[in-house]
Amino acid sequence: MQARLTGRNAAELRFRLYGLFAIGAAIATLGVLLFSIVGKGYTAFVQTEILLDVRFDAAAIGDLEDLEGEGRRAALQRADYGALLRESLREQFPDVEGRTAIRSLTALVSTGARAMLREKIADDPALLDRSVPLWLTADDEVDMLMKGQIARDVPESERRLSDVQLAWVDALEAEGRIRTVFNRTFLTAGDSREPELAGVWGALVGSFLTLAVALGVSFPIGVLTAVYLEEFAPKNRWTDLVEVNINNLAAVPSIVYGLLGLAVFLNILQLPRSAPLVGGLTLALMTLPTIIIAARSAILGVPPSIREAARGVGASPLQVVAHHVLPLALPGILTGTIIGMARALGETAPLLMVGMVAFIVDVPGSLTDAATVLPVQIFLWADSPERGFVEKVSGAILVLMTFLLLMNAGAIVMRQKFEKRW
Amino acid sequence: MITFALSMLLLATGASFVLGRRRVLAMVERPVDLQSLPGYYGWYTALWCLVPGFVVVLGWMGSAPWLLEGATLNASGIDLASRSEAEISLFMNNVKNLASGSIPSLPDDPALLAAAERYIELRGRGAAIASGFVALFAAAGFSYAFRRLRPNLAARNDVERVLRLTLMACSTLAVVITFGIVFSLLAETLQFFNRVSPIEFLFGTHWSPQTALRVDQVGSSGSFGAVPIFTGTLLITAIAMLVAVPIGLLSAIYMGFYASRRVRAVAKPLLEVLAGVPTVVYGFFAALAVGPVLRDVGSAIGLSVASESALAAGLIMGVMIIPFVSSLSDDAIAAVPDAMRNGSLGLGATESETIRSVILPAALPGIVNAFLLAASRAIGETMIVVMAAGLAANLTANPLEAVTTVTVQIVTLLTGDQEFDSAKTLSAFALGLVLFFVTLCLNLIALAVVRRFREEYE
Repeated sequence: MQARLTGRNAAELRFRLYGLFAIGAAIATLGVLLFSIVGKGYTAFVQTEILLDVRFDAAAIGDLEDLEGEGRRAALQRADYGALLRESLREQFPDVEGRTAIRSLTALVSTGARAMLREKIADDPALLDRSVPLWLTADDEVDMLMKGQIARDVPESERRLSDVQLAWVDALEAEGRIRTVFNRTFLTAGDSREPELAGVWGALVGSFLTLAVALGVSFPIGVLTAVYLEEFAPKNRWTDLVEVNINNLAAVPSIVYGLLGLAVFLNILQLPRSAPLVGGLTLALMTLPTIIIAARSAILGVPPSIREAARGVGASPLQVVAHHVLPLALPGILTGTIIGMARALGETAPLLMVGMVAFIVDVPGSLTDAATVLPVQIFLWADSPERGFVEKVSGAILVLMTFLLLMNAGAIVMRQKFEKRW
Repeated sequence: MITFALSMLLLATGASFVLGRRRVLAMVERPVDLQSLPGYYGWYTALWCLVPGFVVVLGWMGSAPWLLEGATLNASGIDLASRSEAEISLFMNNVKNLASGSIPSLPDDPALLAAAERYIELRGRGAAIASGFVALFAAAGFSYAFRRLRPNLAARNDVERVLRLTLMACSTLAVVITFGIVFSLLAETLQFFNRVSPIEFLFGTHWSPQTALRVDQVGSSGSFGAVPIFTGTLLITAIAMLVAVPIGLLSAIYMGFYASRRVRAVAKPLLEVLAGVPTVVYGFFAALAVGPVLRDVGSAIGLSVASESALAAGLIMGVMIIPFVSSLSDDAIAAVPDAMRNGSLGLGATESETIRSVILPAALPGIVNAFLLAASRAIGETMIVVMAAGLAANLTANPLEAVTTVTVQIVTLLTGDQEFDSAKTLSAFALGLVLFFVTLCLNLIALAVVRRFREEYE
């Protein structure tokens, strides 16, 4: 008897430990996931720069004093900033000879440095023929080296930076010509093929436009549907069909909505590909069931006595809904909507179907411009072979998760602040 | 142009509201003499202005692309009969790209340039005519309503009737979307089955959808046997379920019966965070962290693990659906009345014996429902497998090899350059239809299980 009891108690303890282990495993995975992403991603927010003394040679650029307007812009466009860069690097390392050596020397500085030089001289023509110390964005390989992502002890052939380049970087560092600063490019630029010039701003704007369309379409339709189903729909076969449909649509895989968007919006309606308009419409179809279900339960939560009182003083059924039920249900509806929008913000698959995967450098300015969204940007970068994009992906994930966290926190605050218990 | 017409229409609607309200107020001495509240007369005229105009806008948006295309082709003077459908659609695509300026360098085909100019011209003219019609219809509607305004007009009833119709129309949209999905998938799938027999698609064991650009190239036919894709999907789903079912169910049980209030307050939100992580993040994690780790572990113990193994994708997908399983099972367990638990405990059973022999059997329909919904979600999940699973369709049950899934194939077939009518592109829609059908069935079965087997207590 005693032995049996001990056995049963041991079984009890085991069972309990299984449960603890299960929860622990789930939370540990979350921990590892967040830890690895934060660990890889925080470096995306800083960037390596190299200090060079650049001489804006008048011979290379032309005399800007004589030129006016159009001609001046053309001269600025035409000028060979690569040559300026090469010159200043050679000044830094006078003993470097030969075409290949010089090319690998200039490879230390980002290709975006040329545009930086152009902007500099366009802003201030007085710099012409003067030597100016400038902090220029380093190439992504140098950036990776400074962030400790490139091991120095592997054989040269397996490294993206050669031994000579390493020596140059070390020399620059010894002179204090290398620094790490906050990476403004990452938060303000669009996409780029060069990791050090790529940013999430274009994708953020694209996400914003897409979500605006999705919200603008799905919120009114969802709320009106919920109002109809809860307040006006007769109990019949058709209403049943609508309800079954809504519940099923909530469980349809998101990629199927993408196929629908491709077939209907792109091929039948001929809307522009890759545009936030189409992406937003597709996401609107996807979030519609979520919003309807949330709105229905919020409307259901408004006690019938309020409706009866309003009817009693002569309000029409629609006035009851518009003046009393909807305002009271609104916090619940908004909470559900925010959660639906957060899910839409993290959604990738349906947007791939409607062509939002294109490589787009420009920040979209309107609903019909080609654009990409944050999750798709993450997907695109994750596919890029350059090592420098790994930290960009993690950084972009951190930006995305921050927004998701804010939205969900907003939903929770709204629920707690406005929810009424009747 | 459409945006302009729409905003003008909205302005006109606002103006009609003000005018209608003002006119009817001018007709009576006191507002009380009106049949409805003054605002309803405003709405009445506004709706009469908005609806006709809006119908015209919708009609134009729906028909314009087709009309424009036809008119441009007719005017372009190319011989339609001598060219294939694909050539014509390529030509039209070029024309549209030229017109929108998305081809930076100009091709020197004069016919193309002329057609593009013609297209732009026609588009402008069409938009102007359409805007004219919008204005005409809106004005006509407005003047009709404006003249009908009387103090005894039952404006509220009319307005409310329109609003109720709008409500009803919105609710039918859910049905329209379902039909839209079915029809758009079905239409393309039928076209696909014109080229590839359904038998080959559903039972063939070789999948290589690359059709050659020219007829004389090697392997120009492509083969569309989808069985390896289905087995790959099943394999990854099975791995995911093996992870998610025990962990999800046990966490729900632990949370419901053992966890102290403090532990619950911490663990529950954390599980919800797990549910809120975007799938693209899981995909990145699976591809970059889990895949290589599995490969290293595998090579350390002498197993060859593909770097895009089914195991990596399946494991992470399992993690993704843990919160789903746990929250649905939690609901099912919570629905079992306390009296049953107390009765069992009172008879001397331990907590775990109670759970195993009383609570779980009672909650079984709800738990099965949770599993089915989780499986349906795993089958339809896209980003994790796109990023972490392979592209090659291997017919294997070995979780260490790379397999591909339905969703991966849909994405690879439809992203990138594509001509719309090739068998390759169409096969994606056939796969989509299968996916839609399977998940729909799982959902319906899940619903049926709950309805059929749920026992009502109390």
